[in-house]
Amino acid sequence: MLGMISSPVVNGFLSASMRLAIPILLAALGGVYNERSGVLNIGMEGMMIVGSLVGFVAAYFIHDLWFGVLAAAASGVLLGLILGFFVISLSANQVVAGISLNLLCMGVTSLLFRVVFGVGTAAPRVNPFAAVPIPFLGDIPVVGPLFFRQSPLGYITYALVILSFFVIYRTSWGLSIIATGENPEAAETLGVNVVRTRYAALMISGGLCALGGVFLSVDSTGLFIDNMTAGRGYIALALLILGRRHPFGLLAAALMFGAADAVQLRTQILNIRIPFQFMLMLPYILTMVVLAVFVRRIDSPAALGVHYKHGGEKE
Amino acid sequence: MREAGAKPARPLGAERKLKISKGLRADFLSSFIAFALALVIGAAIIAAMGKDPLKAYAALLDGAVGNRNSLAETFLRAIPLSLAGIGVAIAFRAGAFNVGAEGQLFIGAMASAWVGLSFPSLPPILLLPLMGLTAMVAGGLWAGIAGALKAWMNASEMINTIMLNYIAVFLVSFLVHGPLQDPSSPLGQTARLPRAAYLPIMLPGTRLHGGLVLAVAAALLASLFLWRSAWGFRIRVVGKNTFAAQASGMRVNGVMVSALVVSGMLAGLAGFCEAAGVQHRMIENISPGYGYTAIVVALLGQTNPIGVFAAAVLFAALQIGASTMESAVGVPSSVITVIQYLVVLLLIGRGAFDLIRGKVMALSRREKG
Repeated sequence: MLGMISSPVVNGFLSASMRLAIPILLAALGGVYNERSGVLNIGMEGMMIVGSLVGFVAAYFIHDLWFGVLAAAASGVLLGLILGFFVISLSANQVVAGISLNLLCMGVTSLLFRVVFGVGTAAPRVNPFAAVPIPFLGDIPVVGPLFFRQSPLGYITYALVILSFFVIYRTSWGLSIIATGENPEAAETLGVNVVRTRYAALMISGGLCALGGVFLSVDSTGLFIDNMTAGRGYIALALLILGRRHPFGLLAAALMFGAADAVQLRTQILNIRIPFQFMLMLPYILTMVVLAVFVRRIDSPAALGVHYKHGGEKE
Repeated sequence: MREAGAKPARPLGAERKLKISKGLRADFLSSFIAFALALVIGAAIIAAMGKDPLKAYAALLDGAVGNRNSLAETFLRAIPLSLAGIGVAIAFRAGAFNVGAEGQLFIGAMASAWVGLSFPSLPPILLLPLMGLTAMVAGGLWAGIAGALKAWMNASEMINTIMLNYIAVFLVSFLVHGPLQDPSSPLGQTARLPRAAYLPIMLPGTRLHGGLVLAVAAALLASLFLWRSAWGFRIRVVGKNTFAAQASGMRVNGVMVSALVVSGMLAGLAGFCEAAGVQHRMIENISPGYGYTAIVVALLGQTNPIGVFAAAVLFAALQIGASTMESAVGVPSSVITVIQYLVVLLLIGRGAFDLIRGKVMALSRREKG
């Protein structure tokens, strides 16, 4: 039994599941902040693709992957600020603003990539992060390949999951985020600055989404491809529902999606009779199933998606 | 309450009309300003690339409307944009976000091509309507999946329509590489449609086909339905105020699903136009993102079907002119993509003016006090 569950095939599958889970996990983790604070971030897809590009370009020209990661995070924070301006200060429709941001980011990244690298034949590459197995821990069956044979950015992701749990549930600032999302009027009477809290939540969210995006370019592939996020920013929205907007819940939910992705990749290689296009549909179908099955059971923050004006004025 | 009861007694017809047209004018003015501002920002981007923005825009205009053929190409491009855009607008009016026009277009195009290939001996007068109807049914059903999941499971139609886009593209890819592939070609495409399945050409010597009539008819019919039918009234009430709609006994979910289905039908029809009017077969990349641009077109047209048609022609002109601009002045055509999406950000950012005005007024009040 032990021999089977620690065979190279199973080990490879487990570590691939986690590797494929990390981008959506990071984006969804960002979503915890803004959704808990009562603002939707439909712009996650756009923030991810911008993170992919900015991180790739920075890593390519500075020859430092970590610089790329930082640059990507900064770009995401900036996008969070921009989206915040639209949905918090201008009270724009949160869904329309988010979708527009995504479309704009898709166009801008495609344009910038061509402006920076030209329309050449050879795709520019960076040497992506390599996996760093942790001695001993990496050899534990199941848990080892799942958690302890990742790249440095993967370990940072775990740290961010744990950190987010503590920030949201164990600090007073985290409590004011939750209060803002449940009842902004009450939060404000208690001295919480609702507007500032929501801005901060969206900026953190943007930074984490962009980290998810940069994982795709400088960690998974070493390349930038147009639309390489392929809807992961939207899948992350479904993940938030499945994971109940809880950092550890998201970790489990993301692993499920990562596993679906890993199954999909493996069956393509194994040449099973099912056409590969149907395997490619798997993550998207899974998202729809998750939305249909889980959405009603979960309690969303009471003020999620509802615009709030300072002083509780109604529009 | 008494006021509300007294209202119909007063001759309010004229007043009401005036109010609507005023709101309409303000809406279109803000669309116009957003579009103009986006062009100005686009000019700045072009200048930053070291190119002359005026020359670039002149080339753009020339490429879009400079001669008979370019004009035909512009209207040709406007067909799928306006059909899908009107669909998105109807869903918006009902408060539903159909981000899935792209997938519905793919499914509609695929279904109509399949019908065209299955009944090659039918005369055009029968075959073309049959193809169009199949495309509408297929697109409507595809959108209906998201609608049904919304109504019964309360699952976000926005996320589901996006997921259905990816699924549709993969499904079409499977079909045109598999059971429906052209046996004489390694490419992902079906065999050529029979001649009877070609949409007739409207302007001889160009590619402009009869789909333009469908697009114009869709714009007119959609405005008629939205403002002159009970169904349109329900859609607008549900979109404006769900609670009021519910309180007055409307089946909110039913209305929303019907709007989504109609939305998908129009996107499916756009797919039919591309398959039967332009490609004359189904190909795996039949749309370069028409379904996504349709969202912007719907917003720029203020979700008013006639306005959406105008916005579609405008965006079509930008897209057609872009390639001339690229070859003549060397400005990458993707600048146009950026301008298109900037338009929406500027549109939804129009609240900024109110914000600034409010701040200024508050400041002057403080100075007085």
